[in-house]
Amino acid sequence: MSLKNNNIWSDIDWPTIGIYFLLVALGWFNIYSAVYNEDQHEVFSFASRYGRQLIWIGASFVIILITLILDSKFYSAFSFPIYSVVILLLLAVLIFGVRVNGAKSWFVIGAIRIQPAEFAKFATSLALAKYLSQYNFKPEKIKFFLGFCLITFLPAVLILMQNDTGSALVFIIFFLVFFREGMPSVYLLVGFLAVTLFILSLLYEIPVVIIVLEFFGLLSFYLLRRELKWTFNAAIVIVVLNVIAWQISVRLFPELSLTYPLLVSLALSVLWYLTKIYKHKLKESYLLITILFASLMFTYSVDYVFNNVLDDHQQRRINHLLGIESDPYGAGYNVNQSKIAIGSGGAYGKGYLQGTQTKFKFVPEQSTDFIFCTVGEEWGFVGTSVVLLLFLLLMIRLVFLAERQKSVYSRVFGYAVTCIIFFHVAINVGMTIGLAPVIGIPLPFFSYGGSSLWGFTFLLFIFLKLDTNRNELVN
Amino acid sequence: MNQYINRKYVIVGIFSLVVLIFISRLFYLQVIDQSSKLLASNNVLRHVSKYPARGLVFDRNQKLLVYNEAAYDLMIIPNQLSEFDTLEMCEMLNLTKEQVIQRLSKAKAYSYYKPSIFEKLISARTYAPLQEKLYMYKGFFTQTRTLRRYPQKIAANVLGYVSEVDGKITKEKGYYKLGDYIGAKGVEKSYEKVLRGKKGVEIFMVDVHNRIKGRYKNGKYDTAAIHGGNITLTIDAELQIYAENLMQNKIGSIVAIEPSTGEILALVSSPSYNPELLVGRVRSKNYLELQKDTLKPLFDRPLMARYPPGSTFKTVNALIGLQEEIVHTWTRFPCVHGYVSGRFRMGCHPHKSNLDLIKSIQNSCNSYYAHLFRNLLDHPKYGSFENGFETWRKHVLSFGFGKRLGVDLPNEKQGYIPTINRYNRIYGEGRIKSLNIVSMAIGQGELLMTPVQMANMAATICNKGYYFTPHIIKELPQAFNDLKMPLTVKRYSDIDSVHFNPVIEGMYLAVNGLDGGTARNAAVKGLDICGKTGTAQNPGKDHSIFIAFAPKNTPKIAIAVYVENGGYGATWAAPIASLLIEKHLSDTITRKYLENHVLKGDLIHVIKK
Repeated sequence: MSLKNNNIWSDIDWPTIGIYFLLVALGWFNIYSAVYNEDQHEVFSFASRYGRQLIWIGASFVIILITLILDSKFYSAFSFPIYSVVILLLLAVLIFGVRVNGAKSWFVIGAIRIQPAEFAKFATSLALAKYLSQYNFKPEKIKFFLGFCLITFLPAVLILMQNDTGSALVFIIFFLVFFREGMPSVYLLVGFLAVTLFILSLLYEIPVVIIVLEFFGLLSFYLLRRELKWTFNAAIVIVVLNVIAWQISVRLFPELSLTYPLLVSLALSVLWYLTKIYKHKLKESYLLITILFASLMFTYSVDYVFNNVLDDHQQRRINHLLGIESDPYGAGYNVNQSKIAIGSGGAYGKGYLQGTQTKFKFVPEQSTDFIFCTVGEEWGFVGTSVVLLLFLLLMIRLVFLAERQKSVYSRVFGYAVTCIIFFHVAINVGMTIGLAPVIGIPLPFFSYGGSSLWGFTFLLFIFLKLDTNRNELVN
Repeated sequence: MNQYINRKYVIVGIFSLVVLIFISRLFYLQVIDQSSKLLASNNVLRHVSKYPARGLVFDRNQKLLVYNEAAYDLMIIPNQLSEFDTLEMCEMLNLTKEQVIQRLSKAKAYSYYKPSIFEKLISARTYAPLQEKLYMYKGFFTQTRTLRRYPQKIAANVLGYVSEVDGKITKEKGYYKLGDYIGAKGVEKSYEKVLRGKKGVEIFMVDVHNRIKGRYKNGKYDTAAIHGGNITLTIDAELQIYAENLMQNKIGSIVAIEPSTGEILALVSSPSYNPELLVGRVRSKNYLELQKDTLKPLFDRPLMARYPPGSTFKTVNALIGLQEEIVHTWTRFPCVHGYVSGRFRMGCHPHKSNLDLIKSIQNSCNSYYAHLFRNLLDHPKYGSFENGFETWRKHVLSFGFGKRLGVDLPNEKQGYIPTINRYNRIYGEGRIKSLNIVSMAIGQGELLMTPVQMANMAATICNKGYYFTPHIIKELPQAFNDLKMPLTVKRYSDIDSVHFNPVIEGMYLAVNGLDGGTARNAAVKGLDICGKTGTAQNPGKDHSIFIAFAPKNTPKIAIAVYVENGGYGATWAAPIASLLIEKHLSDTITRKYLENHVLKGDLIHVIKK
């Protein structure tokens, strides 16, 4: 059945391939500029990064051929075996790997270094596609949710243990894939609430967060029941109890943190609410109170994790991002220099090879994680918008392709590819312009590096191969 | 099957929203906010100053007074250092090991990447052996500067010195950067703009470690340093040397002016110092020592010291008396070994009594000027004492007293001519009487003048009523010629020129009078020197003062000599002035005995006793 239409070149999606080659070519020209040095400019020198990148690009043609030659059913059939091999590699790298830039995530074979974390992304995508496309899959069942979490977080935790936080965070984006496959919306909302609380608890002291939560609790209650009188009574109770507890603590225990009297009074008022809720049978209000306490615990754990788990430099980077700390030569140095480089490009840029900021190494990692600076400086706003729109075009095209798949397996894998690309673009570009924390992940197809380029090429072309069999069931 | 198909819109919506946010942010960063463009050029460009050599200074006969010698700053970039022979470096630079260690840590504290000065202004002699070995000292390099050199070692107060700019100057004047030098005294200060030239700049592109990566736009915006302009002073080096020699071991000033131009021929402040002491590495140490010296060698006496003019001021009172028709040349006043009014008595030295105006100058009669001054102040035609005093004061000010003459050297002082208000404060409103201030008739009392004002008084008298602002600059580069404009204006006193003849005659007789004069020892045959002695009373021994000009009919030099605690005007000041006039007019000294006497004269070590 699959051999009926044997001509792969007529079924493959050429617009996507076009965008792919355009991005890879643009990436190479920008890497060339980023490491360009007037003293030596042989294009095909293996010693220079642009020379090596050419070799990586050449090698991706081999990868493309292999992925396209293999039968679609191969991926489906070997999803879990591939996943298992990669998990083993991730374990192996913990033992035999080499530390580069503080992350023990590289295998070194002669002159070539390989980062298995890059391959973990497509392996996990394959496994998830297989898992979510199984016949009796019910997204709302907690069993499947836990299975999903296991597949997603096993590689993430292993990568985290390699001290490569950036690559580990990518796995969060699989929730968006799960969302498309029917994950209850409340998870997404809880995630959103968690992020908001996370930022709030870092920006403000805990007592402030408690008061804000109390306010939103009352507001939600009113929106749920539309009972102005009850809401008003509840507000009176909590305000009075808050003030009494506050006064007692100020007078009797002046050295005590304001958090404790607030928590005690909140607990007392909640006791009173519970009797009322029980009496009037306000079922949905139980959930409200549960969420309130869950939020409080989350705030505390954020505080705890931030102060006790995160390293100093991670704390500083988060603080800098939130504008709590300003330190242009310390934690914020990279971002500051990168913003200067991008901003100095102006509307039309300084011209190809004319950038001064990136060329003279003011921006660190300018051929890998900060390659977008070279685009910004030399091609200006025109260049940055064109690159971002190209990525958006690619992502929308991929969503379109994913939606036309007959088999769920292909669709899930398509969404996985798209979401991984999205997460990389969002975080990578976001950090160069100061909108995302500085976690070192590459810009897909653009950044220097064989592992990264090959990883994304694998992802994209496996999906394009699956797409050639879009009208068949491959799972 | 596809019950969640609408969620694809949510997902595409999230993608689009993020891209939209990024593009807006990029639009702000790249198109609206211009600050990063400025930051970027500061980041990457390093401006390196090219220091010009300062202009040369010549005397009026084109004799070189100040030139430059190459000197070298030893620079250090700490992060490029490797191990080096500390002991050898100590020997070469004459430093202790502790000093080397301390400077290393100072440089590191400043910056690991940026060059800072390790040792400044190393002379050529020290530099030669250092240069040969410098390749072994990684992280060190030299930058070329210049040192001032003084072949004549004279006129330190005129030439001044340069010093490193401080933070205050760099803030006030944008031209200067830390490490630059600026004229701090003398002509180095007053003609700083001419002498300094123009710094050049080389613009380099640097990377984040401050390493030079090449010239910015291939040196298109580099500028060359422009050599400072040379200047010629009005000083006559030979006369200056002779004057300084005559003043050795004496405290005081000499100011010699060419009356027809206002050019200063010699300007001596004694005691002085060797200008080479305030150059280069030894400057600050020597400066402190000179500052501590109780004889104040750094104090520029001719322009800054304020003295009573003593009897030399009688010439001015005589002129005012004639102008106001209080006296005529034939007017005589009695002298009874002094001036007596009621219980007041002002002494005078012995001379014939009932002198006329010319003879009163010749003999410097105190009584004559007490009469003249009181008659002037109390004359009924002014209506009141105040008006009389104001009339007198106005005439005095027209000679340039009581205000800065505008000499083109820094720190000139005003002197002091008292005002009526001051007397009202002392004596009470309207209670002042002419007798209270009669000492001003003979140049005592509250009057204060600088030596340059006294020399200018002599010049004004011999010019019969006008003077040019005494000045030190003779020639400037074309571009700066407008600086000379105010120096070429004739400034008139408000005394009619006819009145000067009897005063000049009196001054001629004071030196040459066959029937005696106060300064007979100043006479030189054929030179027609005119002069007026002064002896200023002060808490210590009297100051010896002499103003003079010569020759009488075609004056070529006007001079004021002030010797602190030198006694009578004729004791030291008159012989010194006379020798200098002779030197200037005939270039020979006929009176070797007088020259020897003056050269040997030692007033400083007498005072010290």
